[in-house]
Order: sequence, then structure tokens, then C-alpha cells
Amino acid sequence: MSEARRNFIGGIRAELPLLIGVFPFGMIYGALALNAGLSNAAAQWMSSVIFAGSSQFVTAQLVNDGAPMLVIIITIAVVNLRHMLYSASLAPYLKDLSLRWKILLSYLLTDEAYAPSILYYEKEGVQTYKHWFLLGAGFSLWFTWQVSTAFGIFLGASIPANLSLDFALPLTFIAMIVPVLKKRPTIAAALSAGGTALLAYNLPFKLGLILAAFVGIIVGTLLEERK
Amino acid sequence: MTIWLVVIIGGLITFGIRFSLIYLLGEGKFEIPETLRKALHYVPPAVLSAIIFPELFIRDGNFDLALTNTRLLAGILAVVTAWFSRNTLLTILVGMAALFLLQWLV
Repeated sequence: MSEARRNFIGGIRAELPLLIGVFPFGMIYGALALNAGLSNAAAQWMSSVIFAGSSQFVTAQLVNDGAPMLVIIITIAVVNLRHMLYSASLAPYLKDLSLRWKILLSYLLTDEAYAPSILYYEKEGVQTYKHWFLLGAGFSLWFTWQVSTAFGIFLGASIPANLSLDFALPLTFIAMIVPVLKKRPTIAAALSAGGTALLAYNLPFKLGLILAAFVGIIVGTLLEERK
Repeated sequence: MTIWLVVIIGGLITFGIRFSLIYLLGEGKFEIPETLRKALHYVPPAVLSAIIFPELFIRDGNFDLALTNTRLLAGILAVVTAWFSRNTLLTILVGMAALFLLQWLV
């Protein structure tokens, strides 16, 4: 098996547990978007063009509320602002790729594709075919998101009641991050970010998440510098 | 319909955010300062914890430390499993099994 293919499949594998959690989310989004008055095509269109779960939920809600276009667009930007952190974090590993690859991988850069890929990069370092891992993770998520949206659109309100499958998402993140918590600054970064996320939970537009991430990053960096 | 336009503009902005620093930091237009390079290592633990904590501690919009918070208990069990086993699949299985069992009990 070629190195590229091995990495691509590795990315899909790492993504699989997240897909279990993402599938019900996509279905709920599809159903909710129709409920909010979007057409089938518009609901699917949003999944493929924006491709960012939480901002799609918020957009459907705002369309339903009859919010002005500018408000919806600004909201999408703010809710997705956290992706800039992922962009910065992955940049050193992707810097030697062609512009085409950078564009493709940027389009696929979600929370769920970022998490396994950055941990893989940090473990393995930059090697020639490592970006295929990110492509595998990103593409399998993209595919699942499109299919689950379509399911949600067609099943509509008849989606089975909460099966708690969404819990697979935080569980997978736990499984990924706990083994990385080895040094004190990293543990402090995780705990301070988690604590801040709880305190700032009521802030709108996922701003609590961004604030929490910054607190964690600053705490970790300061502790490392002081050593 | 304006919704089509909203989605296109929203999609372009989302793409722009994702592409921004991969492009700017990657094209050698900016040298990444040493402190920023260090700071970027803390993005994964910080962001993932910021996603995980509310999923466990907040139920229906409220901070919930009660024993009836099944997700918190199952999550703690998953953290312990991950810590000792370092095994992704086992962690997820233990967490899901614990959640189902606790939901059935509570």
C-alpha cells in the first residue's frame, strides 16, 4: 500500500468514532432546517457550502426568526471564528503543500477533522504524505455530514428519539486528549480552558469556547515560559 | 431567494477563516514568533477541553454536579479509562456502555 493511501485510511480510521456522534447531529440539522422553513435543496446546500455544524444550526434558527441577512452572516462568522485557531495550529505542518492542497484542506477543516489530525502531526512530525491523513479525516466527515443531512431532510420529524449517540463526540475527544496530558503546563491548559468554558457557557455565539481556548493557551504558555 | 446568497457569503467567510492562517503563516509572509509557536501547542488541549467540559457538566443549560448527571459520571469513567488504557476504542465503549447503564438505572 502506498504511503499516501496508508495515511488516507489512517485518517478515516481515526475519524470513525467521531462519525458515530456526527451522524445524528446531521440528521437533526436536516430536520431542523426544514422546520425553520428552508427548502430541501437549501438545507443540503448549506451543509455542503458552509460545512460547519453549529453555525448551520444557528443559521436555520435565525432564518426561522426572520433575522436580517447581515445579522445572519455576522453570526456565522463569529460562530466559526474558532477555526482560525485551528488554521494557525495546522499552518506549520501544511506550509510546504501546494496552494490547491491548502484550499482543499481548509475547506475540510472542522473541529472533528482538526482534532485527530493535529494530534497525529504532533506525534509523527511533518513527513511527505501526512496531509493525506487530514484529507481522510476531513473527507470522511464531509461525506457523513452530507449523507446524514439528506437522511434528516427525508426522515424529517420521524427521526427516532434521542439515542444518546451524540455522546460519542465528547467521548472521542476525551480518548484523544487524555493521553496527551503528560506535562504540567498541558494539564493546566486543559483544566483552565474547561473551567472557563463552564463559567462562560452563557455567552452567545460560542464566544465562551473561544474565550476558554485563549485562557487555556495563555495559561499553558505562561507556565512553560516560567520554567 | 436570499437564503442561497446568505449561504454563499457565509460559506466564503467560513472558508476564509479556515484558510487565513494556513495561507498567511504558510507562505512565509510572516515568520512565526517563538512564543506563538509554543502557544499553538496548547490549542488542542485547550479547545478540546473547552468542548468536553460543558458536555459533561452542563445539562439543560444548568451546571449539574448531581449523581443523576449520567453524562458526567460516564465521562469521568471514560477519562479514567483513557488515562490507564490509552486506547481510543476502549474509552468510547466504556463511556457509551456506562451512559446506557446509568440512564437505565437512574
